[in-house]
Amino acid sequence: MATLASTEPVERRRSLQDDYDRIPGTIVFDGRAAMKGYALNKMCYSFNSRENREAYRLNEDAYCDTYHITAEQRLALKHRNVTELIKAGGNMYYLAKWAGIFGMTVQQLGAQQRGITEEAFKEMLLRAGDE
Amino acid sequence: MARIIGGIATSHIPAIGKAIAQGTQQQPYWKAFFDGYHPVHAWLEEEQPDVAVVIYNDHGLNFFLDKMPTFAVGAAAEYHNADEGWGLPVSSPFAGYPAMSWHLIESLIHDEFDITTCQEMLVDHAFVVPMKLLWPDGRVIPAIPIAINTVQFPLPSPARCFKFGKAIGRAIESFDEDLRVVVIGSGGLSHQLDGERAGFINRKFDVSCLDQIVNDADALSRMSVAELVLMAGVQGVELLNWLVMRGALTGSVFEKHRNYHVPISNTAAAVMILENDTAVAV
Repeated sequence: MATLASTEPVERRRSLQDDYDRIPGTIVFDGRAAMKGYALNKMCYSFNSRENREAYRLNEDAYCDTYHITAEQRLALKHRNVTELIKAGGNMYYLAKWAGIFGMTVQQLGAQQRGITEEAFKEMLLRAGDE
Repeated sequence: MARIIGGIATSHIPAIGKAIAQGTQQQPYWKAFFDGYHPVHAWLEEEQPDVAVVIYNDHGLNFFLDKMPTFAVGAAAEYHNADEGWGLPVSSPFAGYPAMSWHLIESLIHDEFDITTCQEMLVDHAFVVPMKLLWPDGRVIPAIPIAINTVQFPLPSPARCFKFGKAIGRAIESFDEDLRVVVIGSGGLSHQLDGERAGFINRKFDVSCLDQIVNDADALSRMSVAELVLMAGVQGVELLNWLVMRGALTGSVFEKHRNYHVPISNTAAAVMILENDTAVAV
């Protein structure tokens, strides 16, 4: 019983992670993602400030240096690839601030992640309203 | 004593704030959505609440991942909005009610909800958009913001949020000033911004939520957070804010109004008025 009691929280955590991982087309921003993405999300959080958005726009690489962004994350940032940024630990709320620098809308971000055109994405949203 | 007159649940999509700023409420895309707020304005005019307790979630304006409280209660005299990074105009500040904030804080801690107290707190679109939707002429009443973590998992469970709401209800109704209080639940309904499932909307689930938040909030509160993400989408977990609001109300409530409209931006939008049942004690 002692063994069972000591492993229970671990079992519970694994089962919770399994539940998250079973949700289709979704990466839940749990501790695993938080560990990978802290620096990236911290950089994106800094884009609440217009000054910082301007500094990033002027020299993306120099700005990434100050936040110790990984090579994988830099490539995804360079390609404006949200799917890859989320796999690398990015959280959508902070990434939206980064995307705002280039005027990317949430429809454009959604279309990119779905791999469809912006028009098709908007059409899909309109159809979701139909009974 | 303060008395809760009822609750309002409303979406807070940033695009709504842009539409208000640009004055496009009567354009075809927006009309059916904004028209759904006329009964809310009439109700607020009739009921004249003195204070609003606003249950919302911060999207990375006031809180970052360095320190992320599960539940945070505002205790400021004034709450400022600020640049969120993607172009929404910054709102003028909102008046708080510090004496009532401290009563809520003391009552909640006494009830074993160990909340974070915030004497400075920037409020983002999830607070600002509901205030602008509900009081479009700018005659906003003093408000107390209460933030729920919906960013960093693990999130508080629906059951915990419902209980937190009940504790907030007890706290409000034991405040020794004759005030009429409205509780606002911000956010929702189903939507997902991230992942291959971006654009996910679940009309069937939303409609059942709107019914259950009135008549069977216990059933909603039995869901797990993972189930909530599955059914409502990642950002649809804002339903937690609705559950806190619902918990603050009486056991049975009267549904005064609802409007459900899909889509606004990437979201299934909804607004609802729940009146407290004055015949029933809390």
